[in-house]
Amino acid sequence: MTDSQRPDEPDPTPAASTVEEAYSVEKQIDLSQKSYSQGQLVVRRFFRHKGAMVSLFVLVFITVMAFTSIGYGIIPNWWGKTFYDAGATVDGGRPTLQLWPFQIGEHPFGQDTIGKDYFALTMRGTQRSLIVAFTVGLLSTVIGTVIGAVAGFYRGWVEAILMRVTDLFIIIPLLVLAAVVGKMAEGIWWLALMLSLLTWTGLARLVRGEVLSLREREFVTAAEAIGTGPGRIIFKHILPNTIGTIIVSATLAIAATILLESALSFLGYGVQAPDTSLGLLISTYQNAFLTRPWLFWWPGLMILAIALSVNFLGDGLRDAFDPRQNRTAD
Amino acid sequence: MLQFILRRIAISTLILFLGSVLMYVLTINSADPLSDLRESRAENREQLMQARIDNMGLDLPWWQRYLGWLTGVSKCFVLQCDLGTTRDGSDVNALLLSSAGASLRLVTVATFLAIFIGVTLGVLSAIRQYSGFDYAITFGAFLFYSLPVFWAAVLLKDFGAIRFNNWIADPTVSTTATAVVALVFALALASVLGGSLRRQLVTGLVTFAVVFGLVFAFDQVTWWVQPALGLPLILVGALGALGFMLVMTVGLANRKILYAGLVTIGLGLVSYFVTAPILEDPANWWVIFALLGVTVLVGLAVGWVMGGYERRTAMVVSVGTAIGMAFLVFMDQLLRGWAGFLALAGNRPVSTIGENRIIPERFTGDFWEGIFNWGVQLVLPTIVLTLISIASYSRYTRGSMLETINQDYIRTARSKGLSDRVVFTKHALRNALIPITTIVAFDFASLLGGAVITETIFGWRGLGAMFRLGLDTVDPNPVMAYYLVAGGAAVLMNMLADIAYASLDPRIRR
Repeated sequence: MTDSQRPDEPDPTPAASTVEEAYSVEKQIDLSQKSYSQGQLVVRRFFRHKGAMVSLFVLVFITVMAFTSIGYGIIPNWWGKTFYDAGATVDGGRPTLQLWPFQIGEHPFGQDTIGKDYFALTMRGTQRSLIVAFTVGLLSTVIGTVIGAVAGFYRGWVEAILMRVTDLFIIIPLLVLAAVVGKMAEGIWWLALMLSLLTWTGLARLVRGEVLSLREREFVTAAEAIGTGPGRIIFKHILPNTIGTIIVSATLAIAATILLESALSFLGYGVQAPDTSLGLLISTYQNAFLTRPWLFWWPGLMILAIALSVNFLGDGLRDAFDPRQNRTAD
Repeated sequence: MLQFILRRIAISTLILFLGSVLMYVLTINSADPLSDLRESRAENREQLMQARIDNMGLDLPWWQRYLGWLTGVSKCFVLQCDLGTTRDGSDVNALLLSSAGASLRLVTVATFLAIFIGVTLGVLSAIRQYSGFDYAITFGAFLFYSLPVFWAAVLLKDFGAIRFNNWIADPTVSTTATAVVALVFALALASVLGGSLRRQLVTGLVTFAVVFGLVFAFDQVTWWVQPALGLPLILVGALGALGFMLVMTVGLANRKILYAGLVTIGLGLVSYFVTAPILEDPANWWVIFALLGVTVLVGLAVGWVMGGYERRTAMVVSVGTAIGMAFLVFMDQLLRGWAGFLALAGNRPVSTIGENRIIPERFTGDFWEGIFNWGVQLVLPTIVLTLISIASYSRYTRGSMLETINQDYIRTARSKGLSDRVVFTKHALRNALIPITTIVAFDFASLLGGAVITETIFGWRGLGAMFRLGLDTVDPNPVMAYYLVAGGAAVLMNMLADIAYASLDPRIRR
């Protein structure tokens, strides 16, 4: 039982003198500094990681902007223009956004060739990318965790199948496989589901590796000895110990999906017109680069900003979950 | 070892087979193969549809179509491959032959460049952990990780190619640009070499002066349109190669091996004049390869004769130096072809699409100008592919190297009094490189995937284009031909990586 290891109870085995010493030392420490649980340490390290904090801010800002500006479902819009209504082109569709003197203007990101507001288009594309990325991040993490844990715990044929399936992804480039299934998928929810079915393997391998070592530990044997069932052992005793790996991997999966989805849409196998996505925008306007460069810059920079901030978040999380990282903890 | 390799081959074949079933089934179900005809207004629409159904076997169940394809492929064992025809009836064998060369060239060059540059950067940033250089490399790696390939490629095509063409028409480098380039070099080198602040300052200033002077001199002699290395630069470069080989092995103090290297350079000097007439316009690549073979043999011989009891090291150093020098001589000849190529290409050397600047049938230049004809077109897509792989290699190497440096045996080596150089090159680097072999295989597959994008943007008719042709027409034959090459190459790379791993790390062998 874990109760006997609570820090405020003395360990009964050492001699009396050392116990008293231990008491006095403990009191001194208690007076001078507060002690933290493992979870609190992780949170503290994470919040002290400047890069991760800036990235978190950027990511939240972009997400809120994308979903409120042109609205989504029941979320009302405040921007007032839509991504499908064409209008009269003003000043050749040049962006009206200015940094100095600061002004947003009528079309901050400019207009496309037929006068659609490019800010609304970019925000719509960002919405699509974020929806696909977060859905895939969540789904593939769940699938990968469950399969990895089962394979690591039961070994046998589950493990054999898992390892052969991951081998498959070594020989077929992910982009190629994703292009084939992306072509089948209709609508972004199907696309997200299909991509999740392809991208869980990396995490499954990682989780399997950790479970393989954790299942040999004493606390698992103890749990088995008191008759705990395998399901409870996996989900209550083993998986909480792999939470760091899982969260970090999920973050990186989101970043990778943003890039994968936009690449697919660029090639024409992802999000299809009349809907739009960041990759599709770049693909449509790649030849307008010399005449209307903003049509090319905004979606690309948006992908870069999202992917970069998610990657930095993942890096911050990795540092936070790594117990050897004490640079930010003291 | 043999058993290990055989088992690997068996497993790989099985996986290749399973992958082909998956790929085939997914492809034929990816869309409606008749959709374009259904919308057509041709009068003989029904007839066309029936013809396509018969032609592609659309009325057969999937396993019959797959078996038909597999039978054709299995004839490869008797050297009579039959990969079928495309939807429009052209032969996939011919299509594959014409497209595989371009793509594999692209991906192979990118792989080797990425490994070399990425590993070097990773090692340097691990040795100088938490320096300005380390932070710059780390940030750069994150940036390239997050960069959409297709976006970067379009950007590079329009900025890189078009601007370069405009610039080469009137190639002058402004003083500001020269200063910026020199400053970047100075900062990087000062940070990498490290040491006290004073030493870094001196390194930086000297580098700045040298680079600034070089760029300025190049500009004065219009080197950009009439480049060449010339004998002095070749000699300096060869001495540099010798220095590098020595630092990586025994250090500069070892006279015996130093002399062996110097003799190699001397022989190289003689052969520079001897082979000059042959290299003026060699008939084909075999001449170059033959000369390279002779170079290696000469290097081995010098090391053998001069090495004494350190024969093996001497041979390694001599061969390394000889290859370095041969490369410089090659580059010298190649660069001399640039002016001629510029004239042929009408002063616009980079074209934004296609694998050749001038189509081979109309090309009239000599051997060296011919290399530029396809080589220049290779540069931009290679940069795109390499940049993205460099990011992962440098991060991975850095992590692996840091882990190795913190091992006990490194502390032991240091406490024995070994120098930094020996500790890093002999003890740390070799062990840190072992895990890198495993990501080579993964990376090769992702590069082939990335090539689909770069080929689309740069207008190459390579494997990626063939794959897209097949997928767009819901025709499994081109897709499966792509799969055979991509999968086969990945399996091969994976197996090589496994064997390399097993021979490098005896704990792996089972």
